[in-house]
Amino acid sequence: MASPGEAVVKESHVEKKKKPPARYWQESQEEVKDENKVDKGKNRAGEAALQKKTQKAKKRKQEEHQRDGKKFRSGKSDPFPGPAPVPQDRMQKFKRKDKMKKSRGQTYKLKDIISRTEEASEMSQKQAARVDLLLPEDAGFLEGDEEEDTCTISQQDIADAVDITSASKYFNLNLSQFGPYRVDYTKTGRHLLLGGRRGHVACIDWQSKQLMCEINVMESVNDVKWLHSETMYAVAQKKWLYIYDSNGIELHCIRKFNDVLRMQFLPYHFLLATVSATGFLQYLDVSVGKEVAAICTKTGRLDVMCQNPHNAIIHLGHHNGTVTLWSPNQKEALVKMLCHQGGVRSVAVDKTGTYMVTSGMDKKLKVYDIRAFKPLKSYFLPSGASCLSLSQRGLLSAATGDIVQVYRDVWSTPVTKPYMAHRVRGAVWGLHFCPFEDVLGVGHGGGFTSMLVPGAGEPNFDGLDANPYRSVKQRQEWEVKALMEKIQPELISLDPTQLGQVDRATFEQRHQDRVQALGFDPLAKGKFIPKHKKKGRSSAGSVEKRKKQVAHEDQRDVIRKTVEDKMTIEKERKERKKTTAALSNQKSALDRFKK
Amino acid sequence: MKVKVLSRNPDDYVRETKHDIQRVPRNYDPALHPFEVSREYTRALNATKLERVFAKPFLASLDGHRDGVNCMAKHTTSLSTLLSGSCDGEVKVWNLTKHECVRTLQAHEGFVRGMIVRYCGTSFFTVGDDKTIKQWKMEAPGYGEEEEPLNTILGKTVFTGLDHHQKEAVFATCGQQVDIWDEQRSSPIRSFTWGVDSFSAVRFNPVETELLASCASDRSIVLYDMRESAPLKKVIMTMRSNTLCWNPMEAYYFTCSNEDYNLYTYDMRYLKRPLTVHMDHVSAVLDLDYSPTGKEFVSASFDKTIRIFPKDGGHSREVYHTKRMQHVICVKWSSDSKYILSGSDEMNIRLWKANAAEKLGVLAPREKQARNYNQKLKEKFQHHPQIRRIAHHRHLPKNIYHQRKEQRIMKEARQRKERNVRKHSKPGSVPVVSEKEKHVVTVVK
Repeated sequence: MASPGEAVVKESHVEKKKKPPARYWQESQEEVKDENKVDKGKNRAGEAALQKKTQKAKKRKQEEHQRDGKKFRSGKSDPFPGPAPVPQDRMQKFKRKDKMKKSRGQTYKLKDIISRTEEASEMSQKQAARVDLLLPEDAGFLEGDEEEDTCTISQQDIADAVDITSASKYFNLNLSQFGPYRVDYTKTGRHLLLGGRRGHVACIDWQSKQLMCEINVMESVNDVKWLHSETMYAVAQKKWLYIYDSNGIELHCIRKFNDVLRMQFLPYHFLLATVSATGFLQYLDVSVGKEVAAICTKTGRLDVMCQNPHNAIIHLGHHNGTVTLWSPNQKEALVKMLCHQGGVRSVAVDKTGTYMVTSGMDKKLKVYDIRAFKPLKSYFLPSGASCLSLSQRGLLSAATGDIVQVYRDVWSTPVTKPYMAHRVRGAVWGLHFCPFEDVLGVGHGGGFTSMLVPGAGEPNFDGLDANPYRSVKQRQEWEVKALMEKIQPELISLDPTQLGQVDRATFEQRHQDRVQALGFDPLAKGKFIPKHKKKGRSSAGSVEKRKKQVAHEDQRDVIRKTVEDKMTIEKERKERKKTTAALSNQKSALDRFKK
Repeated sequence: MKVKVLSRNPDDYVRETKHDIQRVPRNYDPALHPFEVSREYTRALNATKLERVFAKPFLASLDGHRDGVNCMAKHTTSLSTLLSGSCDGEVKVWNLTKHECVRTLQAHEGFVRGMIVRYCGTSFFTVGDDKTIKQWKMEAPGYGEEEEPLNTILGKTVFTGLDHHQKEAVFATCGQQVDIWDEQRSSPIRSFTWGVDSFSAVRFNPVETELLASCASDRSIVLYDMRESAPLKKVIMTMRSNTLCWNPMEAYYFTCSNEDYNLYTYDMRYLKRPLTVHMDHVSAVLDLDYSPTGKEFVSASFDKTIRIFPKDGGHSREVYHTKRMQHVICVKWSSDSKYILSGSDEMNIRLWKANAAEKLGVLAPREKQARNYNQKLKEKFQHHPQIRRIAHHRHLPKNIYHQRKEQRIMKEARQRKERNVRKHSKPGSVPVVSEKEKHVVTVVK
């Protein structure tokens, strides 16, 4: 059993006071272990250091104990016993829900189910966090030398500094003839669609610079948009909405959609949302070709639009400075926010659906938290931003005239300088970050510019969702799968997780109905009847005592409830008072006539 | 200036040759997978619909009997063997994989009332209306040999059922009393009576092997200990129970099929009220059998359907019927828990799948994975109204559908009346009696 190298020290209470002296090899082993942990995650390392300080001696003893328990034939022990640690911050990334509170009313069955599911979810969380450590690619970055602003670095310098394939992603297309261009990339980021104001439409496999098709629709083009894959795209022309395939063949002319100015495609719902000059917001289900909803917004010409990729809500910007939120299920706006003093020029929402960035005629750029509908930051841009676009990793690009500026961390820290800036050869009309690439596509009066923006794209894609390297077969397979799990438009709501939550309102309603139908409450607590306890403990006196312990429980509940109600009413009253006071302090426009 | 731009090597993401499988790099970041819940919901909905599309439970019909099938017995060691006894005294042994009868013997005159295979699987016992107990060899007689029982016991009265001990050479019969027999003797080693009545079924407990339970015609279920001379206790219900079956995994629970269209699951230690009342049949329930997993059981009814109930669910999860199937008299759940066998009045034995939408045969690993995933999704979203509606919908024959509706109306009317009575009488004078308590008259020890 025992290897010759190590003598087995039997621990007994007599010997406890004398500890073996610390050896240098033990120390070094521990350090190696700690270094390893640092690599794997800061949190864990910090924890380890703390442990090291406080419980050094104890830990060593424990380790030795472990070593005693498990002997290897070579006399060596596993330097990393147990499962590898998972860093907490990564765990947090994959966290879906908090643990449930354990209430006393739960039955043992329910408790069991809950604990099992929580265990399973924790396990999956851990595994996902472990896989996250192994992701192959790292995000790009750009750092200037000392006293060098990154915004002064020109595109040419970046292109010279990076490898040849990345350098080829910086290019200009000189297309001055057919006027400013709208731009769109497919979901995988492989294909580019250009739509010139004067009718020029082209789709390009932009990485290999292969032209897929090029047509002139001989009409003005308002907007272009890829549909779910690179085989089809929609073009909003002067009068109707057209759908073409990747060879430039006209597939559909949809006469129900007239005077469309902007479009958004909701990829998981297969919905094409359009806004028109007549003030209509229309949804087209592209999988079955049906108009899902047509909403008259009654706000005049609509040419500012974006989607919230987190919950598929459409954001519209209006001339009076409001931004409205729409879903196809409601004829009224879900939310109306007054964002700017002048008209709204552009809106963008980030990938997680947390932040909305708007720019207006008042030359301001504002950042909102759209979960709480609160303004976070407000910036002043000298000439105002005409186009906005947000990248997957949260870079904001804003076009002011013919200059494209890229900002970093607009919502967390007050930004004074742009991250990058680039001047193009005409007024910018379309701006789009390429998914999964560090590239920003700019459509302008002089054609198209593909800019390198390090740190813009998500480095690791998911092969089953959007795979830039997919083959035709894989695309077809994906198309079938995606169509199978097309989300119905009825499920679009402000909170996309609502479907997975317990519907308490309906339950309560049903319970009330049931109580009414039955004439009594089947879930009500019965009257307390003390159990008959054996071994002489159930004397009349002790039974009375037990009864008394719960005697006023019901009454206590009632009292607690009334006290709580009173508190809330009081609170509301105070708040109301505060708001009225605040309102009365504020000067209104009519106050100037007061004497 | 330090700069790094995303630049992937396509070789890391594209397969090398045509013969490789495609590479699919994954990133499980929730931000890359929006609409998680809605997509899962859609998948669950699709899975539920597909389950209904593929629900084809009927596998085969075994015909050959010349009278109604009265009883069946599972072979204890062979999955593919089934024994069935009919109302004309004929016993048939079936090969289930080939769907054919391998042996026929005329066992009794009149009904074959009960049949059971010995735990070792080498012989089986039958009881019939001719007051005899016969033991038969499992092997067919050789060429030229006569079909003869190993052993015949002549009883005084008609036997209505029998069951064999799990691991000893002891069996029990019931008729006018419950008898315990030693296989070597021609007279019972013990007889139990409790009042004068006849018994319809007797079952040994599969775990606590000395215990038995029987259904008596005085509406009671009686529990016995084989080692004692007197019965343990009995519960008297409002209507008579036809058969009972022990839960093979939690053997302190048993379920009985009742004449009042319901099934009742009891805890043997606590007979005052049943644990669960299983309602859905529209006529008397004649037989039931537990799945070997102990999670579900199947019941056969006079209303020409068989239903599958979860052990703790009040309503059935599945109902099987065909146009030709008449009153179902006996039912068995196969020992691999995958199939159900039902014997009915019109002389046929039918083979069903226990999970109607299950694919038979060996599943590829990816099929298995997909099935497990879909199952989990269905479970997760089972309470959503749309999914619930699809998952619960079953086509029923017109008369059963109308009878159920009628019974529901009657039940509602009774409840309404009771409610009104309670409303107009002194508070507390008309107590609320739960459905479980309604059907138990008393427990006698």
